[in-house]
Amino acid sequence: MARLNLVQAIDQALLQEMEADDQVVVLGEDVGRDGGVFRVTEGLVERFGEERVIDTPLAESGIVGVSIGMALAGYRPVAEIQFSGFSYPAYDQLVSHASRMRNRSRGRWTVPMVVRMPYGGGIRALEHHSESMEAVFAHVPGLKVVIPSDPYEAKGLLAAAIADPDPVIFMEPKRIYRAVKMEVPEERYVLPLGEARIVREGSDCTVIAWGAHVRTVLAAAEELAGDDGYDVEVIDVRSLSPFDAETILESVNKTGRAVVVHEAPRTGGFGAEISARIAEEDILRLEAPVGRIGGFDTPPPLAKLEDYYQPNAELVAREIMATMEF
Amino acid sequence: MPVTNLVSYSVERLEVMAPDGTVDESLMPDLTSERIREMYRMMVFTRRLDERMFSLQRQGRIGTFARVLGQEGAQLGAAYALEDRDWLVPAFRDMGAQLLRGMKPEHMLQYWGGDERGNIIPEGVRMLPTSIPVGTHMLHAAGIAWAMKNDGEDVAVLTIFGEGATSEGDFSEAMNFAGVLQLPVIFLCQNNQWAISVPYHKQTAACTVAQKAIGYGVPGIQVDGNDIFAVYRATREAVDRARAGDGPSLVEAHTYRLADHTTSDDARKYRAPEEVVEWEAKDPLLRLRLYMRAQGLLDDAEEHSVGEAVDEKVTRAVEAFESVDPPSPEEIFAHVYAQMPRHLKQQQEELLLRLKGKG
Repeated sequence: MARLNLVQAIDQALLQEMEADDQVVVLGEDVGRDGGVFRVTEGLVERFGEERVIDTPLAESGIVGVSIGMALAGYRPVAEIQFSGFSYPAYDQLVSHASRMRNRSRGRWTVPMVVRMPYGGGIRALEHHSESMEAVFAHVPGLKVVIPSDPYEAKGLLAAAIADPDPVIFMEPKRIYRAVKMEVPEERYVLPLGEARIVREGSDCTVIAWGAHVRTVLAAAEELAGDDGYDVEVIDVRSLSPFDAETILESVNKTGRAVVVHEAPRTGGFGAEISARIAEEDILRLEAPVGRIGGFDTPPPLAKLEDYYQPNAELVAREIMATMEF
Repeated sequence: MPVTNLVSYSVERLEVMAPDGTVDESLMPDLTSERIREMYRMMVFTRRLDERMFSLQRQGRIGTFARVLGQEGAQLGAAYALEDRDWLVPAFRDMGAQLLRGMKPEHMLQYWGGDERGNIIPEGVRMLPTSIPVGTHMLHAAGIAWAMKNDGEDVAVLTIFGEGATSEGDFSEAMNFAGVLQLPVIFLCQNNQWAISVPYHKQTAACTVAQKAIGYGVPGIQVDGNDIFAVYRATREAVDRARAGDGPSLVEAHTYRLADHTTSDDARKYRAPEEVVEWEAKDPLLRLRLYMRAQGLLDDAEEHSVGEAVDEKVTRAVEAFESVDPPSPEEIFAHVYAQMPRHLKQQQEELLLRLKGKG
């Protein structure tokens, strides 16, 4: 087994899925010769040629709209949007067509397509390069939204997304693109879509996160562990849509306490949905209000102020303590 | 440092059949008498179904829809240039083309009657369902064409839209993708002069839609859109280019929307009745009829019998539509995902319980 970072794991998944299925094509801006601005598609054009690894014109709506057409005609396009902050021109195609073609045609036409996009902050980037807008995709019926939290997860979830019969938005936490290396099996494997994962078992408090902040939460959990500390259960949501409420509800039913962590703006963020579901179904079991850590309801600040905006382990630990001591 | 002319372009307009039904034989496409009769029957059928739907809408038996009236020649002329293996990617005012390509009239009624099951494309028919958001579907045609090209299929993809759609960004992106990748797409713009209340000159400063093709390195032509032979000829040539691997084309069918934008609109608010009268004289159906009479392809008896046969077909379609059971509430949930996720199962259960009076 090789030790891979997130970028390498995704690249390997793309390569292996393209090898396994001729209908899988990769398209986007700079994905060919350049190998993508984050090098996620490195080596693909050399291996599969320009017919299957396509440098498109600079047009996000075009990339997604054309991918819809290819998917309708039997292909399995994996489109790359260079940064999620540039996905909005394509939002119309995703909402108006990709998500509803199956419904509109009563199952006659389907759009088995993946739209990959790096998202989230923490890399000292330019404006429009740090957004965490997963909730606006998760709100769209007919789309699936998947976010991996480490290289192993990324490879298996992307393989599943490519095999999925419905359109999947695959959001890649670019903050941890190269932050961590881990053992990733060389062979192909898939991880289930629509199932959350308990990353760390615990009995005192359930902390729920996705993407880069699973690591943040794990660090907080370790900090609080110990004889006089708290035993924190950590859940990686993995798939915001379909959303596996059951795993979270079961956990909260066990612990009686919950904290949700994301970097997206707090108001209307996906944490609100999780909090609501817990309140609806586990209210009598709750020992404290559901804690919520999110970004401010502001545009993500540029580099100098970014750290104030991002959740960190200390903040998460403090929120867990507040929940425990309520 | 001299100023040199890099390249010059011209924009052509094709007319084959004049409003009085006379044709330029040198430009007349190769069509058998039987094919022309078939085109006529299809035009009459589209016209009569459109009229019947208008009356059904006024009686509240179907919902809002966009009438084809006046554009039968444009969309049928283009659709007749396709073969069975070709694709159609229509917008919302393309019932004629949709019917020709295999949609059942009762399904059209069902769809505009608010029942999504009317959108089911018959098995084996290469056509997408009606697309409502203006100017968004041409990209799907480009994507399908790309797939066909990769598969080495000898196939053309026809997509239809209005001149309003050419102001949308996706029009530009689709034309550009198709040009760069040399995709076998025919972009048929039915320039009907009005995007709801906005006239052509407020939509674009370009004097033709056809010339927009030039910027994308794509051939473009304007044709008299009320002349079914001209539209057929230009589209056929575009299809031949597509099949030969010579990429996309833009055909501007210069036509007119004789009806309101939709049944919810009242065009008297924004356009002069004289303009409509002027275009009524250029009616594509009237024109074909004059041609056929002059050629001995149609007489009073034939015209009458076609009218009767079509009316009967329309009546049968209305009966078939009205005898369909209403959709079950499960239809709301059935086709959102290939496999129904848990939360949708729960929501469906909720609705069913509510309907049983238990929820």
